[in-house]
Amino acid sequence: MISKKIVLHFPHRMVDQPIVYKLVKDYDLKFNILKAYVTQREEGLMVLELSGKKENYSEGIKYLESCGVKIQPLSQDIIRNEAKCTDCGVCVPICPSGALAVDPLTRKVHFYDNKCIACELCIKACPTRAMEVHF
Amino acid sequence: MRTIKQINEKIKKGEVVCLTAEEIIDLAESKGVKKAAEEVDVVTTGTFGPMCSSGAYFNIGHSKPRIKLGGGTCKFNDVPAYCGFAAVDIYLGAAAMPDDDPHNKVFPGEFKYGGGHVIQELVAGRDVRLEATAYGTDCYPRKKLETLVNIKDLNEAVLFNIRNCYQNYNVAVNLSDKIIYTYMGVLKPNLGNANYCSAGQLSPLLKDPYYKTIGIGTKVFLGGGIGYVAWQGTQHNPGIKRKDNGIPQVPGGTLAVIGDLKQMKPEWLVGTSMLGYGVTLTVGIGVPIPILNEEVCRHAAAKDKDITTQIVDYSQAYPQMVAGSLGEVNYAQLKTGKVNIQGKNVLTGNLSSYSRARDIADELKSWIKKGDFLLTEPVAPLPGADSGYTFKALKERPII
Repeated sequence: MISKKIVLHFPHRMVDQPIVYKLVKDYDLKFNILKAYVTQREEGLMVLELSGKKENYSEGIKYLESCGVKIQPLSQDIIRNEAKCTDCGVCVPICPSGALAVDPLTRKVHFYDNKCIACELCIKACPTRAMEVHF
Repeated sequence: MRTIKQINEKIKKGEVVCLTAEEIIDLAESKGVKKAAEEVDVVTTGTFGPMCSSGAYFNIGHSKPRIKLGGGTCKFNDVPAYCGFAAVDIYLGAAAMPDDDPHNKVFPGEFKYGGGHVIQELVAGRDVRLEATAYGTDCYPRKKLETLVNIKDLNEAVLFNIRNCYQNYNVAVNLSDKIIYTYMGVLKPNLGNANYCSAGQLSPLLKDPYYKTIGIGTKVFLGGGIGYVAWQGTQHNPGIKRKDNGIPQVPGGTLAVIGDLKQMKPEWLVGTSMLGYGVTLTVGIGVPIPILNEEVCRHAAAKDKDITTQIVDYSQAYPQMVAGSLGEVNYAQLKTGKVNIQGKNVLTGNLSSYSRARDIADELKSWIKKGDFLLTEPVAPLPGADSGYTFKALKERPII
């Protein structure tokens, strides 16, 4: 079994295609939509947690790529600007997935991007605006 | 036990024993307060948090022909500054924001840029746009000024913060069923989080609770440079309730501080945006505490567990000026990441960076050990616990 959080960028011509349905039906993959922006005549963006058997997962990804969908791991999209972060920690209770946590010894704030679900709650809540979205 | 003069002699000779406010805790625990007081000359403290009543004044130099800004208007990067002085003196407040900022019209406002950010940009050495208007006089004929300015070309650039360094602060929570946006951060509904704002056991005034060593004239680390305590800060409130150890259980004393902005650093003066609230400046301050006697040492060795504060509802009680606490917690509990409030485990967040406070205490310690920073004798004390000095609410009276 494999489970990954990925960001799909799909061109506007595909906005009306049932891409996720295909992933379930043809590749037996489970999905959890974390975020989606789909607008007619514009690019579509979807953040998915996708899981299934390893071979099915890679076949599913191949299918997406063959359709012209660009795929990125989620962790690349929410970035902490280290120069701006002051390690205050006011973001920590705002984060719903535990991706931001204070180290009990150093009292520095860690950002575990593998836990991030890109909900973006931290973006504007950060007083120095150190958390950035790069979709 | 020792005087500031004696401590300065030791600093000059490179023989001073200086510990941070964290290190003195360990020493006092292992050897006892008496022994610690005998061994240690100075303890350094630090704090790094948003402090809205901050600002800076400038003298920009006279233009040719001359302009008198007093009575006119003045903006740095579109942020209005106060120029109701003589010709070219200006005061910029940290919470000022551009006239065309949408504020909270689209709620919650983002407050991306304001006085605090201008101050940080100036300190970073960046050029800033100055636009000013005046009415013109015989001796100051010019009516308009538009120029780039750089901190290095200004005659004076002085950070002058009228209230910094709060001695303790509330823990903010939200009892309502709607999210609220406050100066204490985003507060989720139904006790969704609890935000505090203090360096606790590193915070300057918590380590000298009766202002026995910190007074007017005390030399401090300010924004990465050197500053001085200018006065008690606004809202200074020394007569509040205190624990047996002397430490205020609610917000108490405050400091007004002043220092040359030109030698400060942008990493210690950070423009800050509070969602739905406004802009401010996060300020780094470190204060040395001379260990004059055993009592000063006992106070300086207070630890997070000994320092308590109140949990306050910011949905109703705070905005409506209704006194009352939902409970008392100490900073050791707050630092575990959750506290129990009304039977619920609530996640905590600090607005004040403890790791940066630690860096400030370390930096000040290194200045003292290198002999670069001598201590000053206060020229006057801050109003103390028994002074009768208080912080009053506004009494409104009808204008007839």
